[in-house]
Amino acid sequence: MQLRRSKQVTAVGGAVVALALSVAACSSSSSSSPPSSGGSGSTSGSGSGSGTLNGAGSTFQLTFQQAAISSFKSVDPGITVNYNGSGSGAGRTALASGTVNFAGSDSTIPPTEQSSFKGTVLYFPVLIGPITMSYNLPGVTSLKLTPAVIAAIFQGKIKAWNDPAIKSVNPGVSLPSTAITLAVRSDSSGTTQNFSLFLEKAAGSAWTLGSSSIIKWPSTAHAASGNGGVAQVIKSTPGAIGYVDYSTAKASSLTFASVKNKSGAYVAPSPTSASAAAGAVTVKPDLTFHAVWASGANAYPITYQTWDLVYEKQPNANAAKLLQSYLGYLLGDGQQLLTQLNYAPLPASLDSMAKAQLSKITS
Amino acid sequence: MSSVTQADPAKQAGSASPLTRRRPLGDRGFQILALASGLLVLVILVLIAVSTTQQSTDWFSKAGVKGIFSTDWDPATNHFGAMAFVYGTVITSVIAIIIAVPVSVAVALLLTEVVPRRWARPIVYLIDLLAVVPSVVWGLWGILVFAPWIQSSVYSHIASAVNGIPLLGSLFGPPVSGASFFTAGIILAVMITPIVTSLSREVIATVPVIDKEGAYALGATRWEMIRGAVWPHSQNGVVGAVLLGLGRAMGETIAAALVIGSSATVTSRLFATGYSMPAVIANQFPEAAGEWRAALIGMGVLLFALTIIVNLAARGIVERSTRRMRGA
Repeated sequence: MQLRRSKQVTAVGGAVVALALSVAACSSSSSSSPPSSGGSGSTSGSGSGSGTLNGAGSTFQLTFQQAAISSFKSVDPGITVNYNGSGSGAGRTALASGTVNFAGSDSTIPPTEQSSFKGTVLYFPVLIGPITMSYNLPGVTSLKLTPAVIAAIFQGKIKAWNDPAIKSVNPGVSLPSTAITLAVRSDSSGTTQNFSLFLEKAAGSAWTLGSSSIIKWPSTAHAASGNGGVAQVIKSTPGAIGYVDYSTAKASSLTFASVKNKSGAYVAPSPTSASAAAGAVTVKPDLTFHAVWASGANAYPITYQTWDLVYEKQPNANAAKLLQSYLGYLLGDGQQLLTQLNYAPLPASLDSMAKAQLSKITS
Repeated sequence: MSSVTQADPAKQAGSASPLTRRRPLGDRGFQILALASGLLVLVILVLIAVSTTQQSTDWFSKAGVKGIFSTDWDPATNHFGAMAFVYGTVITSVIAIIIAVPVSVAVALLLTEVVPRRWARPIVYLIDLLAVVPSVVWGLWGILVFAPWIQSSVYSHIASAVNGIPLLGSLFGPPVSGASFFTAGIILAVMITPIVTSLSREVIATVPVIDKEGAYALGATRWEMIRGAVWPHSQNGVVGAVLLGLGRAMGETIAAALVIGSSATVTSRLFATGYSMPAVIANQFPEAAGEWRAALIGMGVLLFALTIIVNLAARGIVERSTRRMRGA
């Protein structure tokens, strides 16, 4: 009896130590990601090159990266690509500390992070996509929203669906008196970042919550993790409205609203209207731009974009070659994968600008 | 005689029994192993404390004491006050302890003092099975199944019944949300029950049979025996078990992140949405940078400090109560 008891106590103690160790291991692995040597097969630099590319970041482009990685294998079997959907911020941190070869990011590098990068970073836009205003109102199949109404709803100023402000933009639609439930993201996200950026640009002073990947929503909002989590809240809550990435909204068969764009037209989210938005924006020489609140009659106003970030100067020629090869694929044949994944391909002009920039990657 | 011993210790050791002769090497080996393991734990703790503090200095220096303990957490405007998260962590852990401890101790007593041994075993297995369920499963079950049910069939009735009553109304009044402080407390309670139960059971089983027999011999009923013989003997150990459970409740991340509602608010309403320290780290770390990232790492430091404070306080309480009991 005595012996067995002491054994069990030891086992508990051991478990505690093991737990502490595993926690330590987890935290260290998440900060330093997979170790990579900038294209580890640097000795066999012939042909199209061979080696490993590691990327991390944005979950918005994760589905695309997964599809592209598996079809890239048949294009260039010598190159292994890994992509870890750890979030845009984590991806940028990993690129800055040199643990990945490229980072996926839905936003440009914020000024506060600029100093952590050692060298010039190139932006390669890879895809765009609309953010839907998905809602759950049984019987209401078509709904129109203006930026001002969306801003009022998401600040808790409009509380019921039959509010005069919503009614006035939806003549002829019978709106119930159901209370509005906000479905928002609990995790930090590029979707939130670009949605709030849209409200900041489109609603002006009517939007007071700022733009960030985490917003201080009214405390009555239902927060859930990931686009899928928000979609789940909307689906299970009559009266709910939330912002959901188009591909997730499609997959969860949610109903979504048309949103009034800069030219005054109500446009429904789709790959076509997203491409129209991206085609209308002014792109800076470094290929940064914001696709939200773009002009053009057919442009969907809540369209966002994601980039792959790489250092202009690579440690060796092979690493540069590998990146050119993979990014070239993403901007070339890879673009054809996008429509079936419910993303929108880059407009042709932007795509050719990005391709032209590939030669800037040097060792 | 003594001079001989001093002059030739090796010879004396050689003449000792085989058992004692083998001992020194094993003893030394074990001593080194034990010492190294103990030091390793300490070193890991110190390293964690040092590196997290180092990475969060940006926040500590920019926000200042007032900024750190403000309730305003808004990355869009660079305000990082941790109070809402500290509050949520404390409240949910307290709810979890209030629910889990009586249940756990009662089950432990049941298993050791009431139920016959051959029935106790399957019950123990069942309780230990609870500990095997991953926390993400508890969290998903909590948010998809438990929260909607408890909101519509429990919280909303309680809230409308107590609305307006002074103390009860401010604790259990509206607003009501399925994902809330209270739901998180309940889920945490279920998660810590197995560990508190099994540790309490181990401790209670160490009560000498002679003490119990003595209590019975004095004419005690079963309850009086438990109160007079079992409880004083096992009180310390049970508090230790509760502390382990509390540590787990305060540090629980994924389950809390899923069911707490993710809204940084300080309110006395237990059915409202809240937030906890581990949950905000899990939710916001991936996109965080600069001072925001420093604040989240600093949140880990605060959690570390909070755990130490709670542990020290609880140890103090135990020591004082044992001393009082000895004095009486």
